[in-house]
Amino acid sequence: MGAINSIEQLEAYRQEIAAGVKADLPTVLVCFGTGCQANGARPVAEAFSDIIEEQGLELNVNIGIKTTGCHGYCENGPLVALQPQGILYLKVRPEDVAEIVEESIKGGRIVERLIYRDKTTSEMIAEYSEIPFYKHQHRIALRHIGNIDPASIDDYILAGGYAALAKALRMKPDDIITEIEDSGLRGRGGGGFPAGTKWRSCVAVQSDARYVLCNGDEGDPGAFMDRSIMEGDPHSVIEGMIIGAIAVDAHRGYIYVRDEYPLAVRNLNSALEAAREKGLLGENILGSGFAFDIRISRGGGAFVCGESSALMRSVGGEVGEPRAKYIRSVERGLYDKPTVLNNVETWTNVPEIIVKGAEWYAGMGTEGSKGTKVFSLVGKVNNTGLVEVPMGISIRELVEDIGGGILNGKRFKAVQTGGPSGGCIPERMADLPIDFDSLTEAGSMMGSGGIIVMDEETCMVDVAKYFINFLVEESCGKCTPCRDGLPRMLDLLTDITEGRGGEEHVAMLEELCDLLTWGALCGLGTSAANPVLSTIKYFRDEYDAHIRDKKCPAGVCKALITYSIDAEACTGCRLCAKNCPQECITGKRKEAHVIDTEKCIKCGVCRDVCTFDAVRIS
Amino acid sequence: MTDETQFDRIIDRYEKTEESLLAILQDFQREFHYVPEEGIRRLSEMMEVPESKIYAMGTFYKALSLTPRGRHTVRVCTGTACHLKGAPQILETLERELKVKRNGTTTDGEFTLECVNCVGACAMAPVTLIDEEYHGQTRSSKIMDIVKKQVGS
Repeated sequence: MGAINSIEQLEAYRQEIAAGVKADLPTVLVCFGTGCQANGARPVAEAFSDIIEEQGLELNVNIGIKTTGCHGYCENGPLVALQPQGILYLKVRPEDVAEIVEESIKGGRIVERLIYRDKTTSEMIAEYSEIPFYKHQHRIALRHIGNIDPASIDDYILAGGYAALAKALRMKPDDIITEIEDSGLRGRGGGGFPAGTKWRSCVAVQSDARYVLCNGDEGDPGAFMDRSIMEGDPHSVIEGMIIGAIAVDAHRGYIYVRDEYPLAVRNLNSALEAAREKGLLGENILGSGFAFDIRISRGGGAFVCGESSALMRSVGGEVGEPRAKYIRSVERGLYDKPTVLNNVETWTNVPEIIVKGAEWYAGMGTEGSKGTKVFSLVGKVNNTGLVEVPMGISIRELVEDIGGGILNGKRFKAVQTGGPSGGCIPERMADLPIDFDSLTEAGSMMGSGGIIVMDEETCMVDVAKYFINFLVEESCGKCTPCRDGLPRMLDLLTDITEGRGGEEHVAMLEELCDLLTWGALCGLGTSAANPVLSTIKYFRDEYDAHIRDKKCPAGVCKALITYSIDAEACTGCRLCAKNCPQECITGKRKEAHVIDTEKCIKCGVCRDVCTFDAVRIS
Repeated sequence: MTDETQFDRIIDRYEKTEESLLAILQDFQREFHYVPEEGIRRLSEMMEVPESKIYAMGTFYKALSLTPRGRHTVRVCTGTACHLKGAPQILETLERELKVKRNGTTTDGEFTLECVNCVGACAMAPVTLIDEEYHGQTRSSKIMDIVKKQVGS
């Protein structure tokens, strides 16, 4: 059908789609997120299509293969879910497909070797909802992801999509804003500014035009929830933005997407097209007379463009340099007009709040941080991926209950949150409830929700150096504290990691941190001190070890370590000797090998290939 | 090497407003593997925007390159998760084996080696992209085999 011209027609259309769905028929869902595609999801989906065609199954069983967005459990991809049984198969290969069809789809049995097996208890779990990784989750922002086909607007409508838009069209714009204010929704992009307050300030400014923007420039390394949402549930972002546009009376919006996310751009573009065709976007939305349209603006690979004023310049076709914010962007933003900018996850929450009400949303979370938050749990943890939980969960619950503890049984040392603007929180503070305010108080910040887990083999000085190096490269160069201060910080940290550090280095670092915090122009510079100050505060002993003892306790900083082979553990398999690019490992077959430390370039290849864990770092 | 019609074909896909500049430059980058000087000139004429402004964008945005890139691009993700899980070792191995520094192109024009801040595939860290293909859980000892296998040399 063509355009939907009224709210009643939308409901009728939803009924029509529902009538065409035979709920008891099996459905195969192949995850098509970036992670699963990298792990080979496409050949798996093709194998399903082939076998279904070959056996003529569509005639009698009518299997719908939907390719869905990211389930979040990327490490175990490609993931295949079977509905209505709710079975989740992990690491599926094309050669497993025939067995899945035969056993599960036709026979109703479970293919045991493909289901989840708990790493500690060895318990085998077939149901999606019972796997510990999913069990503790409460999915609002990720509500549709993995269950709907992002390329199908019908799927989204069937799942209740655009009902919030219909409701919002019947509300007074002011009431929409009140609803968002009362929900306590705070911006999920980093700062945590209350979304409703932002909208209200935007409306308060007299103007002939306003804009609604979505920040999809997810730049914090280690965070990928926005990618997953844009790829897997693009309509929820679009619907949220239309509601925002109604509330602030905007008629044009932009979604700014990172250049590194080609699939997100593709899925958003096709979703926009479909929404326009259905009359949900464009001149006369659902016959209401309200006009709003959205364009996609692709980023150019500059981290600073995640900053609001830089992003707005970039959308306008300029170099993305931030400006001093004496005047906020809700007053003068894109093209100097009042502008509401929220990030992807924030927009996705909006339709759900409109449908279920502010009270429902505010019933979750903590005093100051309502609702749920999506975290990307990555690094040295057993279960990595996207998890959505109510605000206020502790770091320990996230890492141990959902994440399944530290990789390879190592010791949990710290988590890093907030990307380059955040800091490291030590294990001894892991009972800290995660919300916007507690993380800031601990010297870090929420940022976009990246939780990077670190173990005993992570050097905290190296982590600080890593982030400062990152910021040196990403500084736009407009203001002096950031342009010149960061490289000096990097010099000092490099000295420490290479054994040239003195006691004065830490003091100088602290001084520069102070300078940046108070002197830099935008958030990139003013928060740059966090990775350094938090590691100095909580891991001073590691700085001291580098400076006084010229040692790297974690065994990371190359200048301070040597590689050797443990004669007891070495079996003399010659694998390391064969792979050593310097050819500096000697030893006879079946006898312990020796590394010539003079020639060794500490590339780590020997340790990487050794299957007996015989290569030691000291 | 390129005549104006090639640029016009790309420019014509977009509205003639400054908003389209970055998108057009990105399309140049995809098509030619860099932003050619003639392209900047043509874009400046067609959009009535000073060349200096387009040049500034070319140097500011990491996704754009003003010098030709290799036939294949190897991108090592150096996001935080990848950094912790061994991206520095992978980068070093590639620099050593391909005999090229990061952001450089091999003398035979075959490979350009780049770092990317985060490709958002952190659960599969460390990640290396060869052209558009993602490789997860890569290891320094295996990376050259992966490169050779995909590129077929």
